[in-house]
Amino acid sequence: MQKLGDFKLPNFFNYPPYFTLQPVRDTRDKQVQLWKELILDYCRTQKIFVIGPEEEFPLFSNPVIENGTLSHEAREAFLSALVSEGRAEWMDKGHKKCLILWHRIQDWADLILQFVRENGLEDSVMTVEEIRSGTESRGTGVGSLRYPSLMDYAELHGMDRTVLMRALKNLEHKGKLAIFKGTSTDDEGVKWYWLFPFQNMEFQMQIS
Amino acid sequence: MAGKWLPVAEITASGRPVLFPGEIECSIISSVDLHSEENPNFPYFKAGILILTTHRLLWISDSAPGTATAVAVPLAAVNHIFSLKKSIKSIFASPRIRFQVSAAPDGKVDAGGSNLAVITLVLRGKNDHEAFVSKFWEARRGRAWESESSKSGSGSDVGGFSSREGESGWSSNGLRLAGVSGILRKEQEMWESTDKSLQDAFQDLNALMVCLLKIIIAFFKKQKHFAWSKQSDGSHTHSFCSSAFKNDIKSKRKAKEMVMLAEKMRQKLLSGPTTQSGANDEEMGSKQEMQDWMLSVGIASPVTKESAGAQYHQQLSRQLADFVKIPLEKAGGMINLIDIYCLFNRARGTELISPEDLLQACSIWEKFDVPVMLRKFDSGVMVIQNKSHSDEEVFARIKSLALKPDALKTGLSASDAAMTLGMAPAMAKEHLLNAESKGFLCRDVSADGFRFYINFFHEIDPSDLYFVKDYGTYVTWIKTTIAS
Repeated sequence: MQKLGDFKLPNFFNYPPYFTLQPVRDTRDKQVQLWKELILDYCRTQKIFVIGPEEEFPLFSNPVIENGTLSHEAREAFLSALVSEGRAEWMDKGHKKCLILWHRIQDWADLILQFVRENGLEDSVMTVEEIRSGTESRGTGVGSLRYPSLMDYAELHGMDRTVLMRALKNLEHKGKLAIFKGTSTDDEGVKWYWLFPFQNMEFQMQIS
Repeated sequence: MAGKWLPVAEITASGRPVLFPGEIECSIISSVDLHSEENPNFPYFKAGILILTTHRLLWISDSAPGTATAVAVPLAAVNHIFSLKKSIKSIFASPRIRFQVSAAPDGKVDAGGSNLAVITLVLRGKNDHEAFVSKFWEARRGRAWESESSKSGSGSDVGGFSSREGESGWSSNGLRLAGVSGILRKEQEMWESTDKSLQDAFQDLNALMVCLLKIIIAFFKKQKHFAWSKQSDGSHTHSFCSSAFKNDIKSKRKAKEMVMLAEKMRQKLLSGPTTQSGANDEEMGSKQEMQDWMLSVGIASPVTKESAGAQYHQQLSRQLADFVKIPLEKAGGMINLIDIYCLFNRARGTELISPEDLLQACSIWEKFDVPVMLRKFDSGVMVIQNKSHSDEEVFARIKSLALKPDALKTGLSASDAAMTLGMAPAMAKEHLLNAESKGFLCRDVSADGFRFYINFFHEIDPSDLYFVKDYGTYVTWIKTTIAS
């Protein structure tokens, strides 16, 4: 099995027609599907958030086959397909950079919520950076359950700032938190609200 | 039934008449009825195509060629053509041409018969009947069938024309008769059949050679007013002028004689100019030049615009359908339209057809029941193919070709496919593109051009990129490519 770094490549990566944009519609649809999945897979495992179609991208060339490089037209086509599906977004009008959402914004938002909940971070204040580095929560409230999840940390760790901000804004719209500017200009802070009224009651019951 | 009264005429699968050697078509008119008013038993032939030739009057029914009937009245049997009756009635009715024929006692039309019968032609179409009648007279007067029978008796020189090759430009044993190789092959055949008599035929060769050369030059350059006088061998005077290329019977026969003379010349030329002392060497020029000029292998009776009139494209269409059969077979069932244009015109020699005529002739095929059809590919390439040609069959062959180990590793190019499928590379490319559009193949574009691979994209599951089914083309491809 061929590898690209530590990423295992599927067999069809060596199939020459895979690197030529197919003219026949049905064949092209199939080809696009395969490329979409491959791009998402690769980005997920390599934690790549942005692709520039005009730049070098190891996935887009295969030295094993002759002429094994995707043309610019082909790259545009595949990335645009991702954008149409909602798995990517163009960051600029000139299509020079593409934000790859191998988790959708909604999925990221849910992950962050889960992280916050499991670490009992409700009603606390954090900096955005802290979320990004996935540090353990500082304080714990009585009655909160702590399940530090390695997977959660791993997912959030090194998260692209743009994506994170988008996820946080998504949560802000839902009323889960408030974003405010911190004292230093570098970072922004997040104030978490009570996420579950239920949990609140439990706390109160415990006290009483 | 028809054979009882009138001799049956042979027709080809496409409805074209099979002409006798030396028989030339003079006029074609449609929507003609043929009957005998005085004889109630004589069948009424309704609405057919009437073809006047130098030898016969042919009537072909205008139905599907497979079921057409055709009869002929030998001109030799025609005794008298009645003049057209001009009356008030005749202005409004369809013109009728009556002629008297000799018949045998049982009623069958026969040149040597003692009885007489009158046959009437009713011209229902929009034709110039007066012109037709005058041509009828001329043809009958020309008595071409008589000179032919005496010529075939001598059986010497023009062996090439007595074999039934004229229509299609292909010899009876299927060898091509065009081009230098064709000329050489024809020569070979003729030497085998008529050896000594050839030598005897040319006694006064010197003078004949020079004069024939002049004729050829004039003929091909279409010079005005070229005349040469009587020769010592007694050949008659001809005068060529630019009007000689009009399509009346006389000049057509001259043209035919011209080609015959050219044939004689060519034979002698090719056999070696050893006896030519004092011949005009610069006129002899290069043999190659003469051979180039001899490239016409005649269709003895080219269908021309004048002889067929409104029928031109129809008759051309039928003639083309006949012609196309052999090259189509050779090319594997499908041939480029451009190739047919070249082959057909080359076989015609004179009276070349334009590309528009060819295209129109092909598009008329839809109306007839001919076994060939015109087809246009997506890329714009136009071909002629047998109706029986099956795309599926070609796809199956291409598929099996694409599954061979070499093709799996490096793909198929148009030339690879052409070699294996036995067709021209342009045709092979069309087939490959066709197969691609149906989803059998995928293309790979590289600096060298296109290569085609068997398509197995549909065998891969996008939700599990690494899974490989243990049956199907994908796994075969993997195994083959890993092995290399």
